[in-house]
Amino acid sequence: MTPELTSSLCLMAPELIIAVGAMALLMIGVFSGERAYSIVNGLAVLVLIAAGAWVVTGANGGAFGGAFVSDPFARFMKVLTLVGAAATLVMSTGFAREQKFDKFEYPVLVLLATLGMLLMISANDMIGLYLGLELQSLALYVVAAINRDNLRSTEAGLKYFVLGALSSGMLLYGITLVYGYTGNTGFPEIAAAIGGGERQLGLVFGLVFVLAGLSFKISAVPFHMWTPDVYEGAPTPVTAFFAAAPKMAAMALTVRVVMEAFEPLGADWQQIVAFISIASMALGSFAAIGQRNIKRLMAYSSIGHVGFALVGLAANSQAGVRGVAIYMLIYLVMTLGTFAFILAMRRKEGNVEEIGDLTGLSNTNPVMATILTILMFSLAGIPPLAGFWAKWYVFLAAIDAGLYALAVIGVLTSVVGAYYYLRIIKIMWFDEPVRGGGFLPMTGSLRVVLGLSGAFILFYVLPWIGGSVSSYAEAAAGTFF
Amino acid sequence: MTDWPILSTVTFLPLVGVLLILFIRDDSASARRNIRAIALWTTIATFVISLFVWIGFDNSVPGFQMVEKFDWLDSGISYHMGVDGISMLFVILTTFLMPLSILASWEAIETRVKAYMISFLLLETLMIGVFCALDIVLFYVFFEGGLIPMFIIIGVWGGKRRVYASFKFFLYTLAGSVLMLLAIMAMFFQAGTTDIPTLLTHNFPANMQIWLWLAFFASFAVKMPMWPVHTWLPDAHVEAPTAGSVILAGILLKMGGYGFLRFSLPMFPDASLYFQPLVFTLSVVAIIYTSLVALMQEDMKKLIAYSSVAHMGYVTMGIFAMNQEGIQGAIFQMLSHGLVSGALFLCVGVVYDRMHTREIAAYGGLVNNMPKYAVAFLVFTMANVGLPGTSGFVGEFLTLLGVFRVNTWVALFAATGVILSAAYALWLYRKVIFGALTKESLERMLDLSAREKAILYPLIVLVIFFGVYPMPILDATATSVEALVHTITISLDSAHTAAAN
Repeated sequence: MTPELTSSLCLMAPELIIAVGAMALLMIGVFSGERAYSIVNGLAVLVLIAAGAWVVTGANGGAFGGAFVSDPFARFMKVLTLVGAAATLVMSTGFAREQKFDKFEYPVLVLLATLGMLLMISANDMIGLYLGLELQSLALYVVAAINRDNLRSTEAGLKYFVLGALSSGMLLYGITLVYGYTGNTGFPEIAAAIGGGERQLGLVFGLVFVLAGLSFKISAVPFHMWTPDVYEGAPTPVTAFFAAAPKMAAMALTVRVVMEAFEPLGADWQQIVAFISIASMALGSFAAIGQRNIKRLMAYSSIGHVGFALVGLAANSQAGVRGVAIYMLIYLVMTLGTFAFILAMRRKEGNVEEIGDLTGLSNTNPVMATILTILMFSLAGIPPLAGFWAKWYVFLAAIDAGLYALAVIGVLTSVVGAYYYLRIIKIMWFDEPVRGGGFLPMTGSLRVVLGLSGAFILFYVLPWIGGSVSSYAEAAAGTFF
Repeated sequence: MTDWPILSTVTFLPLVGVLLILFIRDDSASARRNIRAIALWTTIATFVISLFVWIGFDNSVPGFQMVEKFDWLDSGISYHMGVDGISMLFVILTTFLMPLSILASWEAIETRVKAYMISFLLLETLMIGVFCALDIVLFYVFFEGGLIPMFIIIGVWGGKRRVYASFKFFLYTLAGSVLMLLAIMAMFFQAGTTDIPTLLTHNFPANMQIWLWLAFFASFAVKMPMWPVHTWLPDAHVEAPTAGSVILAGILLKMGGYGFLRFSLPMFPDASLYFQPLVFTLSVVAIIYTSLVALMQEDMKKLIAYSSVAHMGYVTMGIFAMNQEGIQGAIFQMLSHGLVSGALFLCVGVVYDRMHTREIAAYGGLVNNMPKYAVAFLVFTMANVGLPGTSGFVGEFLTLLGVFRVNTWVALFAATGVILSAAYALWLYRKVIFGALTKESLERMLDLSAREKAILYPLIVLVIFFGVYPMPILDATATSVEALVHTITISLDSAHTAAAN
């Protein structure tokens, strides 16, 4: 092995750990019979933790001739992705046993999807980008339909597959256009080629197609249509995984593509991102109002939150990227907490998903109700909770960049959005319990996830948490400037 | 005593009570009694410690005192606390009204006592924080955070239309505030800091001031509330439990006026002068229109709510007179209104607890079997009208005086509000207290209990004391207001000369 290859492999160690781990777990799963699911699930969490430890302690640098990079931004977003994946695996344990969901392929597929996400985050080349994205997507299509005897789950999987394939096609078409006009696939080379020549219309077309493909992955308007159906149809642990991990990776990828490859076309993509952002915020706020199913509601909520995160990206500045990083972190914690709660909505007859089932929860399960209240106020962006600070950093960047109209529209839609979060609080606190009574006690793993996310959101305002998150994000954003 | 972070102690002491209450797990009658006792003693302790703030306060210093400053989050946002003559008395008002509110809910709140008391104690921390914060982000966090407990208080323990009222309250206030948030960000970039004392000395460009002023105005006008964005207030007041109304009228409304004094006037003096006619117009409309509306009310709480809007009209008018009398009068009026409107809501609560209706027509002739109540109600009614000898007079007189020096017509129209306020307040009093005791259900009503006396009598003493001898308040505010007026005049003069050149 040449020294260059050795150092490249060292940088890629987290990905290698997961790849090898996934294949080993597949074998273990086949040969361990009855208890396959719990063994594989536990080991998969360990693999993710091992990869996470390597990411945290690992070095920065480029590998494979610059096609793969490990920099502070990549490591920040990788940690988020790994936390999201590991937490959703932990949360799914109790659910799996009850809902006949205990197939050991699920953790393996999650590992493979996570591997794809890590590759996406580190991709510094259009080819690497596409490989990571497809690995992630193919694993996710299967995961969405994993409950294969359930009509809604298979429908979700198929829908996701058809629309996902379409978006991959668009992305690929965009990549070929960019390659045709610049003669390169590496991000820095593309930037250099664009910066050297004049602005060509074909390149802008390529940019638009690439952004359309990426918007699909982060479920931004107008490429969001799959989100509510897939969120509702997929089994709840899968939905939690969808909401947490892939969003982090796809957002990281979007940031890297526009910041590195299309940096000279800043003025062009800023417009596009600002439009997508406004459309997502508005649709996320208004369309969520009528929802009755809490998973569907969270789908619209996630569309809205992606819009808010894109406000930071539209600023095209270091403060903006820092805002996006902080926003994704806080959004990840809020999402994990909310889905831990949704998984805990269990009655004797099984899991429930209607918002109406929360009626009078503050009487029957006061602790759960209080934590969900904190989460909802945080999602609505009310200080001093973490969700406020997430919005603070992205809007700060937008104001700094002079995007006043975007900022004003953004905060006004956040007021509209507050309405439906408040409605959940109202149902829990103001309405008397009528049907079904309280939920069954939570399982230990859900308790841990819900408790930790509630504590994080509540105490984010303390300088030891908020201050250090902000300084890490600052360092991550420094990558591009 | 000098090194002790007394303001942080006062601000966060109620959270200690919250922690103690969280340890009580069961919901028996004795547990509820313990929860109430913890809440009461926490608020009393907070009040006593806050008195040391007043004792230690130096009236002759115009700047901020008892300052605490630590690095907080990154990028220049610090944890900065301090009080001056403008804010100090609002802290005392908050800590003073809180034990009374807890006492007022002693028997009225029977369900979910734990959550209720936690909400109130949280609210106290957030309200005190608003008046102590010397960093604009810290201010915003406290200012907005107060929505959470108030939303829960109105929504859970409120009346029939509580859901509508709580949503309206929350969304109205939030919509106003988010624009202020953007303005805060813009100021951060313009001045490079969010530190209030630094921002006070910063000169914002005149055209930027206009926008910033409007954004802040959106927030404070809703909070105040000014006509025409006052419509959330009657709903919120009517539906909130008694103690919630007291806090709402007594303290939350004052945050709007405080905001004008702390931010709009000193930071955007040119814009304030530019918009002075607008504020005067809205204030006069508020005074006359809402007084007329109050005349037509059939619900006691609604009547008092509309009278609050009218009285806040005097406050905004006085603040934007931008002279010593007007501003001091506005501060005095806010403090006095905090006591008087709080007391009036408590008076309504007294009869509501017995009869469970707030309809004016359901009462009459209470003087016959509730003489002590009749006297207490009379004192507060007179103070609401602004009778000389009560604290209500001093504030109204000073604001009118201040406005008279700026614009005679505005003062003239505003003065008609005094007559109208006498009309509705006396009408309410006559309907409820005087007349024959004809309704059977009223005959068994008992006069004030010991608990109600403990709530109302201190308020009577204060309302009359500050009406006769307002100097403690005026002395405490004088130096800071003088400095404020001085800064405004200087920056307006310099802008004027700049324009002339």
